Amino acid sequence: MADTTKAGEPTDATPNVSDVRVAEVKSEEQAVAALDEHVDRGEPILQVRNLVKHFPLTQGILIKRQIGAVKAVDGISFDLYQGETLGIVGESGCGKSTVAKLLMNLERATAGEIFYKGQDITKLSGRALKAVRRNIQMIFQDPYTSLNPRMTVGDIIGEPFDIHPEVAPKGDRRRRVKELLDVVGLNPEYINRYPHQFSGGQRQRIGIARGLALNPEVIICDEPVSALDVSVQAQVINLMERLQDEFNLSYIFIAHDLSIVRHISDRVGVMYLGRMAEIGTDEQIYDHPTHPYTQALLSAVPVPDPDAREHRDRIILTGDVPSPANPPSGCRFRTRCWKAQDKCAEETPLLAIPERFKSSDSPAAHESACHFAEEKDVVHAA
Amino acid sequence: MTIIDPTDAVPAPRSGDGDKTSPLLEVRDLHVEFKTREGVVRAVNGVNYSVDSGETLAVLGESGSGKSVTAQAIMGILDMPPASIPKGEIRFFGQDMLKMSGEERRKLRGARIAMIFQDALSSLNPVLSVGFQLGEMFRVHQGLSRKQAKAKAIELMDRVKIPAAAARVNDYPHQFSGGMRQRIMIAMALALEPDLIIADEPTTALDVTVQAQVMDLLAELQREYRMGLILITHDLGVVADVADKIAVMYAGRIVETAPVHELYKRPAHPYTRGLLDSIPRLDLKGQDLYAIKGLPPNLLKVPSGCAFNPRCEKAQDICRTDLPPLVPVTERDGTELPGRASACHFWKETIHG
Repeated sequence: MADTTKAGEPTDATPNVSDVRVAEVKSEEQAVAALDEHVDRGEPILQVRNLVKHFPLTQGILIKRQIGAVKAVDGISFDLYQGETLGIVGESGCGKSTVAKLLMNLERATAGEIFYKGQDITKLSGRALKAVRRNIQMIFQDPYTSLNPRMTVGDIIGEPFDIHPEVAPKGDRRRRVKELLDVVGLNPEYINRYPHQFSGGQRQRIGIARGLALNPEVIICDEPVSALDVSVQAQVINLMERLQDEFNLSYIFIAHDLSIVRHISDRVGVMYLGRMAEIGTDEQIYDHPTHPYTQALLSAVPVPDPDAREHRDRIILTGDVPSPANPPSGCRFRTRCWKAQDKCAEETPLLAIPERFKSSDSPAAHESACHFAEEKDVVHAA
Repeated sequence: MTIIDPTDAVPAPRSGDGDKTSPLLEVRDLHVEFKTREGVVRAVNGVNYSVDSGETLAVLGESGSGKSVTAQAIMGILDMPPASIPKGEIRFFGQDMLKMSGEERRKLRGARIAMIFQDALSSLNPVLSVGFQLGEMFRVHQGLSRKQAKAKAIELMDRVKIPAAAARVNDYPHQFSGGMRQRIMIAMALALEPDLIIADEPTTALDVTVQAQVMDLLAELQREYRMGLILITHDLGVVADVADKIAVMYAGRIVETAPVHELYKRPAHPYTRGLLDSIPRLDLKGQDLYAIKGLPPNLLKVPSGCAFNPRCEKAQDICRTDLPPLVPVTERDGTELPGRASACHFWKETIHG
């Protein structure tokens, strides 16, 4: 259980996430060595506790004063288990991409911890940080802007080896790159081509090959298929599933397309305005959602079945997501929630199994940050 | 800008008391080409479809299938050159718009046929207030004064449910959220109560909860004004929710047309079937996704015969040599299925299993 809660400030720390296994390291050598440890399937590999990222808002040119902060991520906790896919869904601006950057250590967290194999990566530096970065890789959304147009495919996929030469010795690199191209279903002969000679789906495969180059254990996928055509999306999704089995990868899969997330994920977390609203297995979230936001989100997804359109009970939310610079007090969803009462404005609901479901073993018994959590199936037509 | 005299409105009457047999809009054998340095790109190769008042036609296709180019040809906003329309007719109330003068088409555009674009932020002028941009429609087409136009703009913003319209009329596009901006686009398209609206991926850039709001609004307004709607999209979910009939496009051709329920139940073209099988479902946890192999074709060198043949599992020799025409689809016993057609040599096998 994380204990970094600032005095008096409620966070949505989950009381029942497993304890963090903190690794005992005294020197950098030990830290690097500890990162090579094997984690069994089903054991937590990445543990996030009370993660916070505030971007300061400043005013003035010469004398900058901080006048507020965009609370992009405001206290989230979750575990990623070895070999699983954790989907993170939410609307734009809910902080899901900031979470990805924090996990990659591309942004410094304002507060909170990210434990990778028991070591807090927000506090690492030097060789240990470099070793962590090797093990956590990322696949980006837009295959058109995330590949350097002036580098050949071989150079793009091989570039990680320049930074981590221990993975592939110099003479061996081209062979490794060709192997990677083959793994992601591209012709190894294409090694000297440039990105513009490929279609969107092929470029995304190049991005995936680059992500795989250093044999990582965790891959963070930030909207990896949303820029692709429907017929190509399925190819890339199938490829990612195959690679997961083949290389024993753990994925964090961030997307706004709820159908794709359901397809690929073992567990799903729903984010709203920098907080986790609900988290559970895909069945718990999709078939037995208890948080009103999840229910609204799911009911808004168009189902490709014209017969369902008369029967589905749709919840149409009014208004837009409030600004993360000035989030509502208490429950962040209360301004758009049809169940909101005075309690919601005063008391921040904790992400926990709701009291009423605690003793039951129904799928509704999963963590949901709502005072009035209630099960409601919105996906299946009546 | 020239003020167009509203009394001199061009073709035919408003709602159907002219040529009763002709639909609101009919596209016949439309071809569009682009001349590029690498050669001629045939973006649209003989497209036929029609829309009636109050009807929603969904044009479904991937990028490069020609769905947006067809829409731009209807609106008359293609850049010519590089584009050219070598062949085809676009009949609006029975009159071929391609034979009209530029001035005549200008009077139709906005007033009788309006378009909603995908990206509201780049379709609105960032340095003009939204009230000014909405009012422009009334000033240019109806010759109203600035004051009257602004009053109309506020009314419109109310119609599309923008809260505090009177206070926000002088705001600029960047001050609105994505969903609100898309509402302004819709308001602009509705301003002169057109007979036909073309919506090109109207909700692709929006979040699902906002997408539901916007599609609801569009459907409600369409019912109220009895407009024809052409909805261009690649999202099979949105199509299932709102469309009456569907035209599926691939490589510049229509490969299948069908009423919405029929298409999802029994697709008659392998491409449509592949698309339906390749989308993950929200309400079911499936096994492996079916993936259509290969890539959408390069329009500079479209495969001979059926353009889909390199990706098709059913492809035979005939598919590689003969272009399949769009033929009516019937039941096993030959009963006609109204509105259904497929451009596949093996549609019988595809639909009847």
